[in-house]
Order: sequence, then structure tokens, then C-alpha cells
Amino acid sequence: MARIGVFICHCGENISATVDVVKVAEKAGKLSGVAYSTDYKYMCSDPGQTLIIDAIKEHKLTGIVVAACSPRMHEGTFRKAAEKAGINPYLCEMANIREHVSWVHPKSDATTQKALDIVRTMVAKVKKNTALFPIKVPVTKTALVIGGGIAGIQAALDVANAGHKVIMVEKKPSIGGHMSQLSETFPTLDCSQCILTPRMVEVAQHPNITLHTYAEVESVSGFIGNFDVKIKMKAKSVDMSKCTGCGACWQKCPSKKIPDEFNEGMGFRTAIYSPFPQAVPNKPVIDRLNCTYFTKGGKCGLCKKVCPAGAINYDAVDEFIDVKVGAIITATGFDLKHADYFPEYGYGQFKDVIDGMQFERLASASGPTGGEIRRPSDGKVPEKIVFVACAGSRDKAKGIEYCSKICCMYTAKHAMLYKHKNHEGKAYVFYMDIRATGKDYDEFVRRAIEEDEVQYIRGRVSRIYEKNGKLIVKGVDTLMNSEPVDIEADMVVLATAVVANHDAEPLAQKLHISYNKHKFFAEAHPKLKPVETNTAGIMLAGACQSAKDIPESVSQASASASKAIGLFSSNELTREPIVAVVNRQAPPNFTSCTGCLLCQEVCPYHAIESEDIRDRAGNLIKVAAKVNAGLCQGCGTCVAMCRNKSIDLQGFSNDQMLSEVMALLNA
Amino acid sequence: MRIGYYPGCSLEGSSKEYNDSLFAVAHRCGVTLETIKDWNCCGASAAHNLNHDLALSLPARSLALAANQGFSEIVVPCAACYSRLAGTQNEISSNVAVKTKTEGFIDLKLSAEVKILTVFEFLQKYIFPVADQYIVKKLDQKAACYYGCLYTRPKEIAAVEQIENPMEMDDAMAKAGATPIDWAFKTECCGAGLSVSRTDIVAKLSGKIIEDAVDRGAESIVVACPMCHMNLDMRRPEIKRQLKKELDIPVLFITQALGLSMGIPPFNLGLDKHYVPTDKVMDCLLKKEA
Amino acid sequence: MKFVNIVETIKKNIVHQSTHHHADTFKSKVEEATGVNISHCYQCGKCTAGCPLNEEMDIMPNQVLRMLQAEMPGHEEKILSSLAIWLCLGCDTCYSRCPQEVLLSKVMDFLRQESIRQKKVNPKAKDILKFHQAFLNSIKMNGKLHEVGLTIDYKLRSLNLMQDIMLAPSMAAKGKLAIFPHKVQNTKAIADIFRKVSEGSQE
Repeated sequence: MARIGVFICHCGENISATVDVVKVAEKAGKLSGVAYSTDYKYMCSDPGQTLIIDAIKEHKLTGIVVAACSPRMHEGTFRKAAEKAGINPYLCEMANIREHVSWVHPKSDATTQKALDIVRTMVAKVKKNTALFPIKVPVTKTALVIGGGIAGIQAALDVANAGHKVIMVEKKPSIGGHMSQLSETFPTLDCSQCILTPRMVEVAQHPNITLHTYAEVESVSGFIGNFDVKIKMKAKSVDMSKCTGCGACWQKCPSKKIPDEFNEGMGFRTAIYSPFPQAVPNKPVIDRLNCTYFTKGGKCGLCKKVCPAGAINYDAVDEFIDVKVGAIITATGFDLKHADYFPEYGYGQFKDVIDGMQFERLASASGPTGGEIRRPSDGKVPEKIVFVACAGSRDKAKGIEYCSKICCMYTAKHAMLYKHKNHEGKAYVFYMDIRATGKDYDEFVRRAIEEDEVQYIRGRVSRIYEKNGKLIVKGVDTLMNSEPVDIEADMVVLATAVVANHDAEPLAQKLHISYNKHKFFAEAHPKLKPVETNTAGIMLAGACQSAKDIPESVSQASASASKAIGLFSSNELTREPIVAVVNRQAPPNFTSCTGCLLCQEVCPYHAIESEDIRDRAGNLIKVAAKVNAGLCQGCGTCVAMCRNKSIDLQGFSNDQMLSEVMALLNA
Repeated sequence: MRIGYYPGCSLEGSSKEYNDSLFAVAHRCGVTLETIKDWNCCGASAAHNLNHDLALSLPARSLALAANQGFSEIVVPCAACYSRLAGTQNEISSNVAVKTKTEGFIDLKLSAEVKILTVFEFLQKYIFPVADQYIVKKLDQKAACYYGCLYTRPKEIAAVEQIENPMEMDDAMAKAGATPIDWAFKTECCGAGLSVSRTDIVAKLSGKIIEDAVDRGAESIVVACPMCHMNLDMRRPEIKRQLKKELDIPVLFITQALGLSMGIPPFNLGLDKHYVPTDKVMDCLLKKEA
Repeated sequence: MKFVNIVETIKKNIVHQSTHHHADTFKSKVEEATGVNISHCYQCGKCTAGCPLNEEMDIMPNQVLRMLQAEMPGHEEKILSSLAIWLCLGCDTCYSRCPQEVLLSKVMDFLRQESIRQKKVNPKAKDILKFHQAFLNSIKMNGKLHEVGLTIDYKLRSLNLMQDIMLAPSMAAKGKLAIFPHKVQNTKAIADIFRKVSEGSQE
């Protein structure tokens, strides 16, 4: 026997100014099943809640309807009140007579009638409500960090220092990411490797961090607090437990002309290699695609002969390991777009036209020229160098409309580095705008212009071609009455666009996270949830979400680490019980579900599994669908799909919905 | 299959050698081109500069005639005519209002869509598949292939694959045994329609083109556009005056170069009709090795 | 050969009626006639940097767009009476490199036509205009270009009587001078086209 309580809120004057709340309370009291009905000025206030709690106890109510604002505002408040009063919180429903009635209609009888209609509808629903209990899922207190750049490193250290375990997966042979390739960082011009390598070592030595380099995520399944991850450990061909990093192998390796990825193709490396001297772990791997032993059927084998530790293992194969983690932080970073999509600038055609990362390697003391800026074509020091900003960003025609954020700063940095090393040289920067918004950033750019005498010209370059060993740059100075400016440069550096890592899309699909058309991973809310994704338990850090500089990447990394730490702060996760459930019946049916699994196909959250229903002897009776309550988001798509109505949504069942409709239609 | 032919005004007049050499090469390879009956001028730059409707109507009439005469393909060797015809076709086929309006002006229906082939596509499709047996000599020289503006822009109708560094003529010249050079002025404007009204500008722009080609060791400049040819060839005296240099590099049409490699006599290719003498080209014509 | 739809490109630039209040500024007039959204230009100057005529123009291509954007008094006059719009060759180097895909050559075509309509053609551009007019006149009469006719017509209009006179003998000798025009057969069809398009709005 239902005993429903109805509580109509005035919401100050927000509702009562347009709706005759007293009348609604009076009429609601006459509805079948309603044992108590009243109105009050501020239901969400303390006295208002006390009113509800007392009424529940006094009138032995079996369910309540609070007619007030939107449930998004105070459903939680009133459910807690119901719980305090001793009834299941899911026996409380809200009727929205503010956003849906008083805020959108003028004062009239029809408006009051509408409020009453809504109340009547919710009363009909709540009579069918059943007690529901929050779902608890266990939490594995281990975080997976994908990507070993500065963002990944920061996130890993934060989570590890909070006392939780971290597994870091990095696809290159060493961690460090793009920051390890930089020579100096803005706005301080401190040496990039000097500030990065201590962190890298800390990660390698941290007792809570397990580092897997030369490894990639193969597959991910599961849900927040309970992810199952398969990691592919690519065959390094070197036994890490035996190798001491002495370097005898790469000194002796005869294949010395492989274009060096770390040096952006400006230098060469050997087939067995460690990417850079400060690599972590500083143990080599064999690039099987370029190693003579592997490409020419067993010839060479010199490294094995010279290795004093017997660490070379040509027979190593890719291995797979399975790990369980509770949270995943993606920190896979960015790529710099190669400027071959800029044919008018001659990249790839003219050796002395390079991109920003290549310039970093030239400027770096550990780079192919030992830190001297030299032309790739003839090794001479350039006397005139032109920097082209916005070479591919903010360019609808080339398909990248966004601004890459870091180029204004690193272009100024490059120009300054060049001038510091070549006092007599001339540096020009062709720019459209200067975007230097961070702390001390604008001062940094002014320093380039005012102290280091870098010539900034506002205008874009139309074309670059080569003549007699010089690069002819055809630009314009729009601040000087749009006068054409032609410069005969010795070297040109293009600030190309920051794009998503080329492996971003397949990884996003493995993780089931969203990404935009440029393959940058999507945050859950652009302003209020910058480090979470729409997939519970998976966080973002760094440039994989959008172009950003080091301070921002580090901030984001710490932010995503804090989300993981928050997740690990309890042993169990509580989730709302608004989930789908496949019915279970007594034998011999067990369930009306026929196991067609169409629901599984349409579920956007991969929350439906199949379950084998067996008898005591273990014989299979039937296969049925089963909802994983940890993953289900309660969207109801499966309910719509099910052909024989074997699956239903708790809290929004077919029966509840039907009773609402019938109540609405029958005044 | 009948291949339609739209010569354009220049090929019947001041650039007759382009027409003659094209026909000579086609004839040698057993390909017949049928001129569209009663084709009219495409309007060139004058029409689109002064009247948009006229700029669409003039080419549209020729396209309608071509369709009505049953041609599914037409060859348009002149770059300007190609640009006008292709541009018109593109605009009309995507905007019904414009199509209807234009049909009203020309009093003809634009029913079927005729495929417009540039000289590059014509050579690619009909000549190169059979050319090897006809190429008996090689043009042993460095050639600067000059494409100009209208084959490479706008991108919606560009006749070449690589807009900043096209290779279609370079590949054709390689077939003729020449060495196409890499140079910086492949697609820079020659001065176009200002040839008469501002010859000084043409002298400057075309002068830059010739200078770059010569500086890089080119022995001839190869073109596929009558306007470019006129500016680089006929206007040579003005160019020499402005640059104060003696520049004798000859300018050939691509069909002339190919014709020479096929052993067609220079007179049949109209090589005597040029302003800058082309005899030096003959010196580079060697017998092809087996 | 794939034709990327030029109209699609224009549509990307197209003015949305709802966002533009119905103004009769010169900018909106240009936008409506050409379908090009002038606001897309962010004044990077790349068009000017690559324009082959940038050393001769009195107003640079990006400045023409800036004057249209700024909508200040006197700009319409300046643009329409400039020499720049007549020097523009329509080579499309600007459009091919413009990061915002602003179809500047179409805007230039319109500006030329508007300059004639408002009788503001720059005196230094008179010869250029006369050449175009002589050209079209030849087409109107013959359906095809009669080069001798064009030359004579141009000389009479521009009074550059002696220009290129040295070329005549050599052209004749090379068989490049046809004294009599090659006409189309259906000259009436051509005349009708000319008549109909001028009845429209231009000229």
C-alpha cells in the first residue's frame, strides 16, 4: 500500500510567483496513494529538509516527491534527507516545476495546471520505485602511465610519491620524450637535459615505478578501478639484466649510416644503439629493420662478439605481459609536422630549410654539430638566418586552423640562441602575431628584439627558393605599408605545426577515449574537466590533449595524478545504481533473455558481456547477456534494442516510464 | 573514339606553330584531332576582367557545341583557354542558378559534361603509350620547363599534380631525351595579358624567368602556353633592353620538342616562326642510341 | 583529373546572411557579388609577398582587403581609382598560397568592373582597359580574336600609334598576321550573347 509524500517548494518566489503552490499541494493531497502533501518556502534549506524527514517518520511514508527545481540541483540533497529519515534514497523523486514550469511560463491557471500534471506524473512513477543500492567496485591501486615524456614522468612521480604503484610504458628505447631533444627551454634558457635527466633517473630508480621502455600498449579492457592491460614488450635483442651499458657494441657496429631519429635525421646512428648519452635506461636496443644480422640472414654478429657481458640475444621475441591497473594516464605527447606539406617553402628540397626540432638538435651540445649552428648542406656557419613563424598553423588551406601555441616562444628562443653563438650574424623572424602569454614570456620575446637585436618582420613568407647556395626568402612587411621584403638567407627555420602523435588514433581506439578531428584526445569538459576523459578512469596529461608548453604539461600531469590518487583513496568505488539489468528467473527458464546479444552490439560503453548459465554439473544450459554494472552508464540503448524486453533500466524501468505517461494522459 | 579539338584564337594566329606541331606529333602517332565546328573565343582575360556573365557565356557556348557534336573529350592546348573552359565548367556544374542563367545567355543547353584535356593529359593518354616506337632521336640538352600560372592555379582546376613543382613537361622532355633542370621560376607569372598595354612589366617578369633558366645552365625553355611563348620569345628585344644582356635562349613548345625527337622536320613544326632563333636546338638533336 | 569544386571553396568563404546585418557598405556589396567572405583575411600579407606585381602596385593586395575590411570613409574611392586593381594579372598566386583561402582574384575582377561602373578608372590604367575593350570588341564582331583588328582598334583607342610597329613586318613574314579575321559562322549568336550580358547589369 503506497503512502507517498508530496512536498511543493515555493523556491522563495521563483516558483510561487507564477504557480499557485498552495493549490498544487492541496490537489496533490487528493491523488490516490498520497498520504501527505504540503508546501514550504525553501525545501532545500535545513528547516525544509527537517520538515521532510519528520513527515516521513510521522506519516510512515513509503516514497516522496519533492516538487521544486531541477534534479540536477538538489536530487542529492533530498535523497540524503530521505536516507536520514530511514527510507531508501531511491524512493525519492523530484518533480521539476521551476525550470520546466515557473521559469518558462507566465502566471496563469494553465501554468498551475502544468505543475500539477508534472507532480501527478512523478507520483505515479515513485509508486513503482524500488529500493536501489549503490554499486561498489573494487579498486586496483596501480596507475598505468602511457608515455615517458615530461608529462608522463611528472604524473608517474606524483602517483608513486603518494604511495601507489605505477607502471610506465614508453615506446621508444628511452624515456624523456621531446624535452630531451631540446637544447634550452624558454623562458629561462636553462639546459633542457639538465633539468630533465634527474627526473628521468628518479623514475627509473623509484621503488613504486615499474618502467617498460621499447614497449607499447597492446590492448585495454575493463573499467575504472579494474583495467586489464596487455603490454607488448618489443624485442630489444639485448638482455637488460646482463647489459652494463658499456657501449662496446655500438662503438663496433658497422652499420653507422642510419638516419638518427633523435637528431631528427641530421645525424646518423648505428643499428645497435642507445638514442642519446643520457638515455634512461642507458642500455641499447637493436633496430632489426636496419641491422645486418637481421636483414642479411645472420651476417655480421659483431656486437655479440665484442659484448663483455654476453648480453646480446638475437633470438629474443616480442613478449606480452598482462597487468591490472585502476587508472590510466595517457601522456603520449605530440609530433612536429614535417613541412613537406609546404612545397612553397622547399622543405625536403633544399637542405638548409629545416624545422624547429632540427634546429634544436643543431643548437644542442649533444647534437650532431656539437652545439654549433651549421648549414646541413655545406657545414658552414650561416651569416643570415630566417625564422618563419606560423609555418602550417592557423592555416585553413593546409588543414590546420589552430594555433600551435609554443612556436612564438621557441622561435624567439632559437633566434636568441643563434645570436648568442654568432654575434655578427643576422637573424630575422617573419611573424603574424606574437603569442607570449605565460609568466615572463612577453619579457623573453622583448629581450630577443631589444637586447639580441633579432629583426622581427610582421608578414608572411610567400615563397623560398634556392639560388647559388643562398635561400631567397620572399616576404612582406605589413607594418611598413606592406613593402615586399626579400632576404638572401643562409638558412631558414620553419616553425611547423604541433600535431598529435602519429600513433594517437589507434591508441585512443584501444582505450575507447574520444578524440577530435586532429587526433588530439578529448577532455571531458573544455573548461571544468581538462584532465579527465569521458571514459571513467582514464586521464590525460600534456600535449596529447592539445599543444602546450612544459609548465602547462607539468601542471596537467600533476592534476591527472591527483585524479588517480583520489581514485585510489578508497578501496572501493561507489557508483550510482542507475544501470541496466538482465532479468533472472527461476529454473527452467533462468532468464527470458535468448542470448542474441544485440544489446552488446549497440552498447556504446562495451558494458555488456555474455554469461554462460550452467547447471550444477557444469553443463551449459544457455548463454545470456549480462551487464557489467561498473561500466554501464544507464543510457538505455540496450533496453530499446531488446526484442523481448529481457533487459531493463533500474530507476527508469519500462513500467515506471509507462506509468508516467499514463498519469500524464489521464488527468 | 573521336577526340575533339579546341585550338583557341592564338593557335590559329600568332602561335600557329603550336597548332602545327601538335598536329604533326598527333599525325605521326596515328591520332586524329577533330576541330569543334564553329567554336568561339574563350574570352581570355578581357572577358573575366570586364564582365562575369560574358566570361562564363563565351566558353560555355563552345562547350555546348562540343557536347552537341558528340565529343566526350576535347583537347585544349592553350593554357588560358583551358583555364577559362575548365573554370566555367566547374562553376556551372556546381551551381544550378548559374547554369540556367548561362544557358539563357547562350541559348544552348549544357547537357552532357565534356571532359577537357590539357596538352599534358592528351600526351599522357594518346601519345606516350605509342611514342617509343616513333622517338628516333634525342634532344640532348638541358631544358627548363616553364609552366606559368594557368596550368598550376587555381588549385580546383590545376592541370598538374604538384602545384609548386610540376613535373609533367619535365617527364615529357625526358622522354624526348632531354635533361629537364630543376629551377626556381617554373610557375612564376610571365606578365600575361599586359603584353601589349604594359610591355615594360612583361619585360621585367619574363626577364626574371629567362635569367634564372640561363643562370642554371638551361639551353632551351619549354612552354605549353601561347601567351607565355609570346612573352618569352617575341618580347625578347624588350627583355634584352631592360636587362642589358644578350639572352639568346630559344623557347620551344613542348610539342615542337617532342616532334623533333620524332624526326619531324623543323619546318613542319613551325620552328622558323620564332623570334629567337632555334638553330642551336638542332645542334643538340642526336640520333637515339638503340 | 579531379576538379575540386571551386564553388565549394567559395561556399567556405560565403557570407551568412544571418550574421551580417543588411548593410550597404562597400564590403558587403563585394561579398554579396563575389561570395567571398572578406572577414576571413587576417592580414598576414602572404599574398603581397608573392604577388609578381608587388613592386608596381600603388596599393598592395592585402591592403586592398584591409581597406574593404576597415570600412572607413574614402577607402572605396581609393580602391576603385587605384592602379593596383588593373595591374593585377589574375595569376592566382595569392589564392594558391593564402592560408585562409580568400579568393582574391574574384574580388579583383569585381573591383575592376565596379571601377568602370563608377567611372573611377585610374588614368594610368586607361591603356590596360582599352586593350581589354578592344579585345572584346574583336570578339563581339568576329566570335574569334582578329589580331590585326585588335591591334588597330587598340592603337586607335590608346593613341599608341607607334607601339609595336616594328613587329608588324616580321609577324607578317612569319605568317602570323591574318589581315582578314577568322570569323565564326554564327556571328549572330555571338552578338546575341554580348547583347544579353550587357542588358544584365554590367557595362
